[in-house]
Amino acid sequence: MDRVLGRIWWLLSASAVIAFFSPPVLWLFGVMDGAQLTQYLQQVVSGTANGCVYALVALGIVLIYKATETINFAQGELMMVGAFLAFTFITMYGLNFWLGAALAVAGGVLFGMATDRAIIRPVVGQPVFAIVMVTLGFGFVVRAVVSMVPGWGTDTYALATPFSGADLRLGALVVSQDYAAIIASTVVLCGFLFLFFRYTRLGVAMEASSENQLAAYYMGIPVKRVYTLIWGLSAGVAAFAGLLLAPITFIHTQMGFGVIFKAFPAAILGGFGSIPGAIVGGLIIGIVEALAGFYLPEGFKDVAAYVVLLIVLLLKPEGIFGRVVVKKV
Amino acid sequence: MRFLFKTDYAQDTRLFPFGGTKRFWSGLALYAAILAALAHYAPVALTSTHWLGLAIVYAVAFGAVLLRQNADGEGGHAAFWYGLLGVAALSAPFVLDLYFLSQITFVYVYAIAGVGLILLLGMCGQISLGHAAFMACGAYTAALLQAQGFDLLVTLPAAILLSALLGVVIGLPALRMTGIYLAFATYAFAFIVEEVLARWDGLTGGNMGFVLSDPSILGYTFDSEQKMYYLAMVLFALTLLAGLNIRRSSTGRAFMAIRDSETAAEAMGVNLAVYKTTAFAISAGMAGLAGAVYAHLLFFISPEGFTILLSINLLVLAVIGGLASMHGAIFGAAFIVVLPQLISLTKDSLPPVVGQLPGLESGIFGLVIILFVILEPMGLHGRWMKIKTYFQLFPLYKRGTFRRQKSYMVSEKNR
Amino acid sequence: MTLLEVENLAVHFGGIKAVDGVSFGVDKGEIFTIIGPNGAGKSTIFNLVSRIYQPTSGRIRFEGKDITGLPAHRIAGLGIARTFQNIELFDMATVLDNMMLGRHAHRRTGPFAHLFFGPATRAEELAHRRKIEEVIDFLDLQHYRDQMIANLPYGVRKVVELGRALCTEPKILLLDEPSSGLNVEETEDMSFWISDIKNILGITVIMVEHDMNLVNEVSDRVLALNYGRVIATGTPAEVQAHPEVIRAYLGGDDTETEAA
Repeated sequence: MDRVLGRIWWLLSASAVIAFFSPPVLWLFGVMDGAQLTQYLQQVVSGTANGCVYALVALGIVLIYKATETINFAQGELMMVGAFLAFTFITMYGLNFWLGAALAVAGGVLFGMATDRAIIRPVVGQPVFAIVMVTLGFGFVVRAVVSMVPGWGTDTYALATPFSGADLRLGALVVSQDYAAIIASTVVLCGFLFLFFRYTRLGVAMEASSENQLAAYYMGIPVKRVYTLIWGLSAGVAAFAGLLLAPITFIHTQMGFGVIFKAFPAAILGGFGSIPGAIVGGLIIGIVEALAGFYLPEGFKDVAAYVVLLIVLLLKPEGIFGRVVVKKV
Repeated sequence: MRFLFKTDYAQDTRLFPFGGTKRFWSGLALYAAILAALAHYAPVALTSTHWLGLAIVYAVAFGAVLLRQNADGEGGHAAFWYGLLGVAALSAPFVLDLYFLSQITFVYVYAIAGVGLILLLGMCGQISLGHAAFMACGAYTAALLQAQGFDLLVTLPAAILLSALLGVVIGLPALRMTGIYLAFATYAFAFIVEEVLARWDGLTGGNMGFVLSDPSILGYTFDSEQKMYYLAMVLFALTLLAGLNIRRSSTGRAFMAIRDSETAAEAMGVNLAVYKTTAFAISAGMAGLAGAVYAHLLFFISPEGFTILLSINLLVLAVIGGLASMHGAIFGAAFIVVLPQLISLTKDSLPPVVGQLPGLESGIFGLVIILFVILEPMGLHGRWMKIKTYFQLFPLYKRGTFRRQKSYMVSEKNR
Repeated sequence: MTLLEVENLAVHFGGIKAVDGVSFGVDKGEIFTIIGPNGAGKSTIFNLVSRIYQPTSGRIRFEGKDITGLPAHRIAGLGIARTFQNIELFDMATVLDNMMLGRHAHRRTGPFAHLFFGPATRAEELAHRRKIEEVIDFLDLQHYRDQMIANLPYGVRKVVELGRALCTEPKILLLDEPSSGLNVEETEDMSFWISDIKNILGITVIMVEHDMNLVNEVSDRVLALNYGRVIATGTPAEVQAHPEVIRAYLGGDDTETEAA
């Protein structure tokens, strides 16, 4: 049974990958005309850009989960706060875009650390489910508080960036610079994170704490502080995602709640707990969504991502890069 | 005194294990008698406020006496409380005004779904973010069948059965995954169900919704708030009874076994696939029943009423109420129905600067959830147990009785 | 008469041969002990017999019937019960509930009947309750009946787990390190109970054990295992005198030194 499902999994994923890369080939052989190919690539690029945002939010969720086994349902709110901070610094105070963006991410980091200290630490050791409810409640509170802040409120705002409005032309393909910026900065950020976890002491300590809390504690790693830093890092990534998402959608209190229900499927699709998994999962969800929205009848845009999730989980319950943990008795 | 001697085996299979059936009836009868006597001999016509006051005074006084008397036996008075509660619930329509009555009716409806969720989550340890879909399935089944001219005797069982069937389907992922994977697999299913309801407008009316008429049984129409109240109450009582029955039989134990250790459960002969599916089916059936009654209460259903927010609300219900016990359902349901009302009531009396703040309700809602898990991890039912213990041990209660031990994070990766 | 027969059993995890061609037979009414250094594959054999692991090759026969292809949840119903090395009780349930779960394989009514808890269900519950009361008496667990497992000390949990296995009315009982984590006194109790289980209840016992005193006291036959292979079988004295066993434990070659 498992073997059969495994075979089907390889078959399906291989054909999906082939299908994904086939349009340029079809165009070469003249089956597809140039306009159709451009359309397709356009969708892939916008899907990738959206997917990058999902991936970053999923990445934050996975970072926190890996280290603390807390499933953070408020990750979308961390993102939303980051976006609002950026709006405050850049639009309201009129700061330079880059300075404002840096301040927003820094603010996000502080906010994440404060969240860990104030909300999460009192419930460490309780069943995972109880902590999930705490983060869920925290999401409600953050949304409420943000809507009460003078100048933020329940309105919808746009964030202007240095890239806004300009297009990037690659032959016939027109890519908005916002999309290009999202994709490029996600790549850079992921590279940084990889180096961080691989080569810095703090990164290694974070890995260790996530493998075995008690052992890490005995080895002299200040586990509690590491957790706080993880929350800070994760919230920083989320704020960064908010900064990227703001120019292509709008800033409003509900923006996080919408993204979270894409980011979680992304993290799960990739294998919950796997960092590359979160990124690949985010990209898959983003691209599937964009293609389904364009080529399938109306209404399939949102459903398609979930159908893909269900199919993958059916065939590979641990996700694409997930670890199968077998309990020893 | 079961510490010293063997227990009477039959005792363990009873609903009130410590013998209390008599107390149940006597509590009920006594309260009814007092109420009747008061109604008859009172010098002035009693208003609802009087009744409420009397009920509270009576409950507190008599309850306190009984609690003290039964401090040694653990639950002798449980039956009494049920009796009292029964009378209070039965007399509510005569006492309360229509607004409050309809609120309590909603409490019953949520509690029906809550019993199902507590059974699934608290007893069997399987999470579901798809309960809104089960409620939707029940609601639409009831609505569509009623439109065909069937009465409740057909629509309710059909709603339960169809939802249970949907539960089996949505529960299928549970055979291969747990935790967050299962949560989002069920969510994905539920989302698809919701989307189907919204798009299949030939059948469901799509986003325009679907209008229901008064439900009826064999020609008897439930056309008033009071009648609907009794209907919901009876259905809730039956659901709770079914839940407790499961709890005290081998099915419920198999659920608990799956929750605590799948390996050991299998070694004891529990077929994981069958029992997980059963848990989903029963839970979904109960949610379907709740959905059906919900539809009749609102007279109007649309897919927007059954989104992820409803599923989350039900989870909050279960956690706030307390997952350890079926009784948590009623506490939790009361909480999620009453709290928003309470907030909007106090809103008017607050200074407008505070009262007019947007998001006040959801903020307080979230805050209460956080505070509950931090301060009261056992839920409202746990708080209730503590109060009870306090009275039983009075004046010997020590502050540390329920103190939690310092805890490290326990990995649930290897459960 | 051979009750349980294991033939050429092997299981490989990746490249590691955890159990490598093990054969043995357990006769009705005996206490059969498997010893060996850590990682020798003792618990793995138990996991194979109780069908948690899928063997790479080999056969397991119980009462002459091949059980190698059965799912894990069918094993209890056949009359094979087990305990676990690190105790696998249902922590958030009472001792009674745990023991009643031992009766799960003997239930006759289904979930639908349980929704209504009719007379048949009630009668069945009572019958099971009577059965587990015998076990509670046998193991002196009266005090703990209504306590939650999470609140019990380790020693008591160990006994409860033994009790839960006995509640399944097994023909053969697999005990995975029954004395691990117990103090001297508790170990003695355990040794009496194991003898009683054989002599009074007439249940065949296979156990994995490190405590050689306990092994000598109760075992009829001993099998020594190292690196997934059988190195000796026989009476406790014979096996302990076997040169290869001594080498396995004391490390004649590159084997890690391991006190019994």
